[in-house]
Amino acid sequence: MDTLIEIQNLTKHFGSLTAVNGISFTVKRGEVLGFLGPNGAGKSTTMKMLTGFLAPTSGSIEVAGHSVLDAPIRAQECIGYLPEGAPLYPDMTPASLLRFVAAIRGMSGSSMRERIEQVIGQVHIEGVLHQSVETLSKGYKRRVGLALAILHDPEILILDEPTDGLDPNQKHEVRELIRRMAKDKAIVLSTHILEEVDAVCTRAMVIDRGVVVADGTPEELGARAAHHNVVRFSLRNASDAVEDELRDLANVVAVDRLADTNGKKCYQLTPLNRMSIVGEVSDLARTRNWEIEELVSQPGRLDELFREVTAPDVPLSSSESANTEPPKGEEVSA
Amino acid sequence: MKHTITIFKRELVGYFSTPVAYVFISVFLFLAGLFTFNLGGFFERGQADLRPFFDFLPWLFLFLVPAISMRLWAEERRQGTIELLLTLPISMTQAVLGKFLAAWAFAAVALMLTFPLWITVSVLGDPDHGVIIASYAGGILFAGGFLSIGSCISALTKNQVVAFVLSVVVCFLFMLTSLPPVMSMLNGWMDPVLLDAIRSFSFWAHFQSITKGVIDVRDLIFFGSLITFFLFTNALVLDIKKAN
Repeated sequence: MDTLIEIQNLTKHFGSLTAVNGISFTVKRGEVLGFLGPNGAGKSTTMKMLTGFLAPTSGSIEVAGHSVLDAPIRAQECIGYLPEGAPLYPDMTPASLLRFVAAIRGMSGSSMRERIEQVIGQVHIEGVLHQSVETLSKGYKRRVGLALAILHDPEILILDEPTDGLDPNQKHEVRELIRRMAKDKAIVLSTHILEEVDAVCTRAMVIDRGVVVADGTPEELGARAAHHNVVRFSLRNASDAVEDELRDLANVVAVDRLADTNGKKCYQLTPLNRMSIVGEVSDLARTRNWEIEELVSQPGRLDELFREVTAPDVPLSSSESANTEPPKGEEVSA
Repeated sequence: MKHTITIFKRELVGYFSTPVAYVFISVFLFLAGLFTFNLGGFFERGQADLRPFFDFLPWLFLFLVPAISMRLWAEERRQGTIELLLTLPISMTQAVLGKFLAAWAFAAVALMLTFPLWITVSVLGDPDHGVIIASYAGGILFAGGFLSIGSCISALTKNQVVAFVLSVVVCFLFMLTSLPPVMSMLNGWMDPVLLDAIRSFSFWAHFQSITKGVIDVRDLIFFGSLITFFLFTNALVLDIKKAN
C-alpha cells in the first residue's frame, strides 16, 4: 500500500484560538479514515488545510507526493473535496455545475459527457439535473456536491460530513458508493454518526480540541472502551451464593445484579483491564452445574470510547448532555 | 488562460440567470436617459454629440459599478462557494481575473446598450463618430477601474452592503480629486508637485481627456496599472484570508 496523504505536525491558530494542534497522520491507498470528534474539535479545519483552502500556521501536508503548500494546484488535481455543508452556486443547475467543474478538471467532448453521465448515475440525481440548485432539498444538494467531488475520479477523496441531511436509504447508498470507491483511493471523511464509522471506515481517528486522542480500526477503538468484554449472563434456579462465587473469579472486578426476568437471575460482570473472561465464567458454570440460559460477551462500543476520550467539559446543550445512551445510528455530539 | 475563460463564462452566464442583470441594465438605461435628456439638456443644446451623456456617466458609474462588484467575492464567501472554487486546481490569479473580466464584460454590455443615443444623434445631426467611439472606450476603462476597486473591497468582507458602501466611498475619492472645488481648496497651501500627483490619480481627469477624442497612452497606462494594482491586491487579500 502506498501513502497518499502525509500530514506532519499540522497546526492552525485563529487568533488566540488553537483549532488544530500538531496533528500528524498518514493515509494509505485503500484506507477509509473516519474523523470523529465534537463540534469545533478541528475536523473541518484539518480538511480545509488538506485541500489547500486554509493555510496552516505550521506543519506540512503532502498529497500524492505533492506539497499542498508549495504546489497547491498539483495537489488539488489529485483531490476530490466535498466541503462542509456542500456549498453550491444556487443559481446554477446540477448539469451546468458538473460541466463547469469538468471543464476546470480538464475534461472535454464525449469523454466529459460520458463521465458526467456515469457520475450522475452513481449519486442518483437524474431527476433534478436541470433544476436550479436553490430549489433542491438538502439531500440532493449533498449528492450534487458529492458528484462534483468524484467527477475526476480522484485518488484522494476528502468528504466533510458526506451523509449529513440524507435519509436512511440515501445514507446507505452513499456508504455503498464510498465502499466501492475505497479500493484504489485514500478517503478521509468526517462524521458525527458513529455507526457510519463501523459501516465504511477501515480506520477511525477521534480528534478533540485539535489533537488526536484515539486512532485505530473501529474494533480496536471499541476494545479501548471501558465496557469492552463485559459479560452478561442469566441463570435458572441459581442460589444467592452464585454472586459471591463470581466475585471470587480472578479477573472480575465487579458483579452487578441486573433485574430478574421470568425467574432467571441476570448478572453483569466487568473484567479487569477489559480482558476476556467469558471462558472463566463458562468453566465455573460447568463445574458448578449452573443452568446457563444466556451468556454474552460484549465488545466495547465506539460511542463509549468517544465519550471517554473527548472532553466532557465542552459546553453542552441540555439535549445533548442528556443523550448518554444513544441508540445505534443516532448522532452523538457530546 | 483556459481556466480563466471557464470561470469567466460561468460568471457571465450567472449574471443573466438571475434578475440582477435585467434589473441592473434597466435601471442603468433609465438613469442614463434621464440624465442625458432632462439634466443634460440633450435637445436644448442643439449640438450633435453625446457630451451630456458622457458628462454624467461617471456619476452613474459611481453607484452602479459598486452594485456589480459588491457581490463578486462577498457573495462567494457568504454562500461558502468560495471553498468550492478555491479548492479546484486553479490559481488565485485565474479566479480573480475570470470573475473580474466577467463583471467587466457585463458592465460593457450595459454601456453598449445605450447605443440608441448614438443612433439618435446620428439621425439628428452629424456627430464626430471618432469622439463617440473614444468616449465609449473611455467609459469601459472607467468602469473597469471602479470594478477592480470594488472587487478588491468585496474580497475583504462577506457582507455585500459593507462592500457596496466602502466601494462607493473609495471610488468617490478617486473621482473627487480633480473636481474644481476640491482642487481650489487644496490649491495654495499644498505643494504643486503633490497637487499634480493627486490630480493624476483622478478618474475624472483621465476620462475627460479621453472623451475629447484623444486616447492618450498615459490614460491607458493609468487605467491599466490601476486595474492591475487592485486585482493584484485582490488576490493578495484572498491569500491573506486563507492564512487567517
